[in-house]
Amino acid sequence: MDSIVIDLERDLDELRGYYRSGKTKDVTWRKSQLKGMLSLIKEREGDIFKALKEDLGKHHVEAFRDEVGVLTKSIKFALNGLQGWMSSKKAKLPAVALLSSAVVLPEPLGVVLIISSWNFPFGLCLEPLIGAIAAGNTMVVKPSELAPACSSLLANAIPDYLDNKAVKVVQGGSVVGQRLLQQKWDKIFFTGSSQVGRLVMSEAAKHLTPVTLELGGKCPAVVDSLSWSWDQEAAVNRITGAKFGACAGQACIAVDYILVTKEFTSTLVALMKAKIKDMFGENPRETNSMSRIVNKQHFLRLKRLLSDPNVQKSIVYGGSMDEENLFIEPTILVDPPLDAEIMKEEIFGPFLPIITLNDIKESIEFINSRPKPLAIYAFTKNEALRKRIVSETSSGSVVFNDAIIQYAADNMPFGGVGESGQGKYHGKASFDTFSHYKAVARRSFLTDFWYRSPPWNEYKLLLIEATYNFDYLGMLLVILGLKRSR
Amino acid sequence: MGSEVETNEEMKKEVVVVFDVEAASALVKELRGNFASGKTRSYEWRVSQLKSVLKMLDDHETEIVSALRDDLSKPELETIIYEIAMIKNSCKSALKQLKHWMAPEKAKTSMMTFPSSAEIVSEPLGVVLIISAWNYPILLSLDPVIGAIVAGNAVVLKPSELAPATSSLLAKVVGDYLDSSSIRVVEGAASETSALLEQKWDKIFFTGGGRVARIVMAAAAKHLTPVTLELGGKCSVVVDSDINLQVATRRIIAGKWCANNGQACVSPDYIITTKSYAPKLVDSLKQELENFFGENPLESKDLSRIVSSNHFTRLTKLLDDDKVSGKIVYGGGRDQTHLRIAPTLLLDVPQDSLIMNEEIFGPLLPIITVDKVEDSFAIINSGAKPLAAYLFTNNKKLRERFVMTVSAGGLVVNDTTVHLAEHSLPFGGVGESGMGGYHGKFSFDAFSHKKAVLYRSFAGDAPLRYPPYNRGKINLLKALMGGSLLGIIRALLGLSKA
Repeated sequence: MDSIVIDLERDLDELRGYYRSGKTKDVTWRKSQLKGMLSLIKEREGDIFKALKEDLGKHHVEAFRDEVGVLTKSIKFALNGLQGWMSSKKAKLPAVALLSSAVVLPEPLGVVLIISSWNFPFGLCLEPLIGAIAAGNTMVVKPSELAPACSSLLANAIPDYLDNKAVKVVQGGSVVGQRLLQQKWDKIFFTGSSQVGRLVMSEAAKHLTPVTLELGGKCPAVVDSLSWSWDQEAAVNRITGAKFGACAGQACIAVDYILVTKEFTSTLVALMKAKIKDMFGENPRETNSMSRIVNKQHFLRLKRLLSDPNVQKSIVYGGSMDEENLFIEPTILVDPPLDAEIMKEEIFGPFLPIITLNDIKESIEFINSRPKPLAIYAFTKNEALRKRIVSETSSGSVVFNDAIIQYAADNMPFGGVGESGQGKYHGKASFDTFSHYKAVARRSFLTDFWYRSPPWNEYKLLLIEATYNFDYLGMLLVILGLKRSR
Repeated sequence: MGSEVETNEEMKKEVVVVFDVEAASALVKELRGNFASGKTRSYEWRVSQLKSVLKMLDDHETEIVSALRDDLSKPELETIIYEIAMIKNSCKSALKQLKHWMAPEKAKTSMMTFPSSAEIVSEPLGVVLIISAWNYPILLSLDPVIGAIVAGNAVVLKPSELAPATSSLLAKVVGDYLDSSSIRVVEGAASETSALLEQKWDKIFFTGGGRVARIVMAAAAKHLTPVTLELGGKCSVVVDSDINLQVATRRIIAGKWCANNGQACVSPDYIITTKSYAPKLVDSLKQELENFFGENPLESKDLSRIVSSNHFTRLTKLLDDDKVSGKIVYGGGRDQTHLRIAPTLLLDVPQDSLIMNEEIFGPLLPIITVDKVEDSFAIINSGAKPLAAYLFTNNKKLRERFVMTVSAGGLVVNDTTVHLAEHSLPFGGVGESGMGGYHGKFSFDAFSHKKAVLYRSFAGDAPLRYPPYNRGKINLLKALMGGSLLGIIRALLGLSKA
């Protein structure tokens, strides 16, 4: 046990010393590191695909679409924006201000800790890393031990492409995680479950360390009755792809369940069944187009969700599970009981419950009676319904007529609210989350307000009040003796 | 007449209610129900509350001055400017800008989501808790409350029990002027605060010290409640030579003793200057202190007193420490009965003395000296990051180095504390001095959730996003994500490399 702490403390000392040297504040250093990340991803792409296949059975196109490709895009976006992001911003001052200049200047927080999750093991490690590096910090990254091949690859590859004195990878499970959390960091960035999120924040509280917590929740997809077959096709494409095609539903922004009118349900189910066959073939396990479940523990957790006989009854498609290969086929359920586990906890797997309503407007109350999710999806062309969803529900983000894709949008800050998390990243938000925006104000020696000091009298009070109100006329009146009281 | 009086007495007896966990839970439940009605989200409601705050301050200015005199012997001018005028400014500028703050912000979209449009929508977090401090008990209560209101939240305010006259005044006037279905004051001390902290809030805004801040954040962690913590620290003042010494001295004194007698989170805590310049600085400080507060500062009406006997004892202990008691070069006088300590200067105190290792929060100003003024930055950076750091200099290079190397919530060059009044600057700490910030639009942001909304059309569905996967799709995906038009065309035509 102690040897872990000894190593950690030594690593932290090194990271702190290196940060103090000022090296990481230099824009050339930051750009070189970002370019190093680009090289890592490009040159080791084959190894990355292999590791993802080993840990999750991820097809390399899915791996490219969701991890490698997104990272490349994000790094390029950061390289492009970095100079601008690092510059100070002038604050808008009133015409005759107390201050001669006021700017806000971003600076790194110092030594940061990034804890990643297992479902997008490269994406969720490296995407925050982009922000931490761009903002000029030094860091420890802890990949998830539940994706061991990826963790190992990261631990081996990162030292080859990035500055070892600034970026350290620490591998391990919950014991290592705990030891890491006991240290003092300038920021902790955590991706994972709400339960562990609470632990992370509790530990951070001991050192007053700010945190960004990217958690999860049950992301609903509200599906309105769509009349055009083109729209129906696109909606079903996107829902099916977002549910089963992204790590087999093991994603924080996967569609967790659907809300639809009783009237439209049969159309929707029929379309989805057909789409699943299109995308994954008659035998999804054979086609290699779907990830498998990450490990036995999660497999059994998912199996348990279906074990309730009332839930079993509601299955209308799929349901078969291959324990040896940790594979579960796409499964659709219609109206499982609302108090069953499958409707209470985040599914994080390829089960798609469809809850039917009399009127689609009921979806708003349904969503609001549950914890705030990371995303709300709504497939509708009804302007009034859209407005209501935006203004009457709360979630990290809202996406109309698509799902998951918000993850790739550089200009849409990504993060949760309430149970689904706090803080945001992606694009400039990544830079911001690892920065301290320092206010810098300057005054001239020339404009001294003599009346700012005691002994106090009514005259000085009038002048000070006018000054703070930027009430120049008022000041003049006081000085001319034309205003003597308030 | 007689029976009315009797009934009132009975009612008074019944009204002594203990605010415990159950009461706190019921309070939050009630406010949540009211928040869910949507009342606090309307622009009209927010405006009406801001206007009521303005009226409240106007109508009760005398009582506010009087309460602060009771709690802190705060000079009337300090109350009117720092407690009242600053709040009025916050209200007025919020009224001017609220519509703009509430409007969704358009966000750019890229090829990745084409065709689409996106915006960032600000929404209230819900039911928020604001815990205030005793040194600026009106300002530090109402300024965050204004932030919560403008962002459309329901609020519970817990004023500090160490400023009891102000706390009970706030409870009364907030009840009279603001919408009690959504804005409430809970008075009390540690046990009431604990009861509040056990509840699930959508945000907690805390102003105070580091020890209690850790308790607040730990309680928040149980519910994943985001927090803003406005704490303190040792705000250093570096004084270079070749400056307008008289102006600099006045500004240091104004920031220290004219702001609640050094009991402020942004008070200049200690000075660092060169060995050669120190004598000039000390002389100037002595001169101006006498100009400001006369020969008997212990009797000056222009100085707040020390808030409590606990703090009085704490501060005298700092002075009576063996390591520093011989270093007093001005002041040192105290009046225990009236809880007063005179403005006191100490020169060349050792760095391991008590006074150099805790936030002073009082009228004592140690001056430490270095050989070269540049040496001061390493000293500052060796301690915890403070809420503010100050530098007096005319040397551009020194100024630039200061800005680049000293980390603090905020920096001011050639003055002290004034950055608080500039609401286009975020006010908050970093590291031990806090997390998050507020003032102006930053207050609105502190109490809002910025929700990203993406509108996609059903058109433009790219089959390449979905399985079954094949070579053509991966090439096209690569090209699309790479953003190169030529790449996309080539992929579409099947001309991409493997």
